[in-house]
Amino acid sequence: MEREGKEISPRDWKSHPPYVHLPYTSTALRGPKRPLVLTPQTLSELTGPVYGHSDLDPLDGDLTRNAAVNGEPLGERIIVEGRVLDEYGRPVPNTLLEVWQANAAGRYIHKRDQHHAPIDPNFHGAGRCVTDENGRYRFISIKPGPYPWRNHHNAWRPSHIHFSLFGPSLLTRLVTQMFFPGDPLLPFDPIYNSVPDETARKRLISEFSLDITEPEEATGYRFDIYLRGRKSTPKET
Amino acid sequence: MSNETPSQTVGPYFAIGLTPQIFARRPIATSAICGPDTPGEQIRLAGQVLDGAGQPVEDAMIEVWQADADGRYAHPADQRPGSLRDPTFRGFGRAGTNATGDFCFDTVKPGAVPGPGNTLQAPHLNVIVFSRGMLTHAFTRVYFDDEATANETDPVLSLVDQARRGTLIARRKNSPTGTTYRFDIHLQGKSETVFLDP
Repeated sequence: MEREGKEISPRDWKSHPPYVHLPYTSTALRGPKRPLVLTPQTLSELTGPVYGHSDLDPLDGDLTRNAAVNGEPLGERIIVEGRVLDEYGRPVPNTLLEVWQANAAGRYIHKRDQHHAPIDPNFHGAGRCVTDENGRYRFISIKPGPYPWRNHHNAWRPSHIHFSLFGPSLLTRLVTQMFFPGDPLLPFDPIYNSVPDETARKRLISEFSLDITEPEEATGYRFDIYLRGRKSTPKET
Repeated sequence: MSNETPSQTVGPYFAIGLTPQIFARRPIATSAICGPDTPGEQIRLAGQVLDGAGQPVEDAMIEVWQADADGRYAHPADQRPGSLRDPTFRGFGRAGTNATGDFCFDTVKPGAVPGPGNTLQAPHLNVIVFSRGMLTHAFTRVYFDDEATANETDPVLSLVDQARRGTLIARRKNSPTGTTYRFDIHLQGKSETVFLDP
């Protein structure tokens, strides 16, 4: 059976938030309510967009430099490093990661962000990189600030970086958010807490790492990301 | 057992990173999926994203993954002999919705692609829907209303309740400027689009 080796494990719905999670109010009218239709994994799903190192600009992975106009962005310089793996621990090489975030003051450059914190003229807040052959990736950035939103009274998003990944096929597509260890806002965040399983939820929190931290330069955080993976390897005969 | 990293919403500000052309920054993909010389029938896919109250969703992002006019995917897992007629065709598009919830893509109509066993799938676009207020993305497919015969035997479409199949079928309209297929996406409500879990 050729298909067996290619089949990707089903989405683990204990690890993923439900479509409707009422504490996050905009899910009420936007989350699909009908049951999903289970469908076979065909060539359409076992393929997916391919991007590689040749699609990157040299500064794409350095958010402290890729939008600098007349100086450096303000804030706490950080290095975010990790591996992209499948759920069985195999590295996912040559896959594109895209990130975006608020600046150190908790302000997005987006016109719809009207939070009265300053824009940083030297910070756009987006970057890309591609994993190496061991699934490793690395970004340099500024630690994003928390910011208010109007979900409920006195609502604040914990500091976070948005991540978008493709992996090897359409089935491995993932958009997620990375949080920082010890953030006091985490217990109050309905988006973080939408993940039903506590162990899974904690996978969203990066870990401070002295190994990644560079002396006199930047503090380091490790964030490993696990995508759906193949159930079994094809028979090796 | 699973170690999957949980999904989280793209939020309202995904354009900063994912559709950054509005900030005059280079995107990796746009709504132009093919070039002017890509072989095949040039079409436009246009639609609106609506919420459960029928209101336009002005901060959704739609991604399209598709085969070319010969039914081939630009991906190493498509191991059939030969190669793409247009080597620059990637088959991937990405677009944010505008203030009225509208999106559109310019592309070529895909050919039929192999299905499970010896079946053939009707021409279709694979679509991923993201939005503020969606904690996890949703998969769906766009089929074409002028492919009725192929649609009838499609191995995926036939798994969908007949009464809801229409939500996956785009409607063709010819005009002097070209062919547009209309495909609205209802996140909820009476005409909720069928979302798939492959």
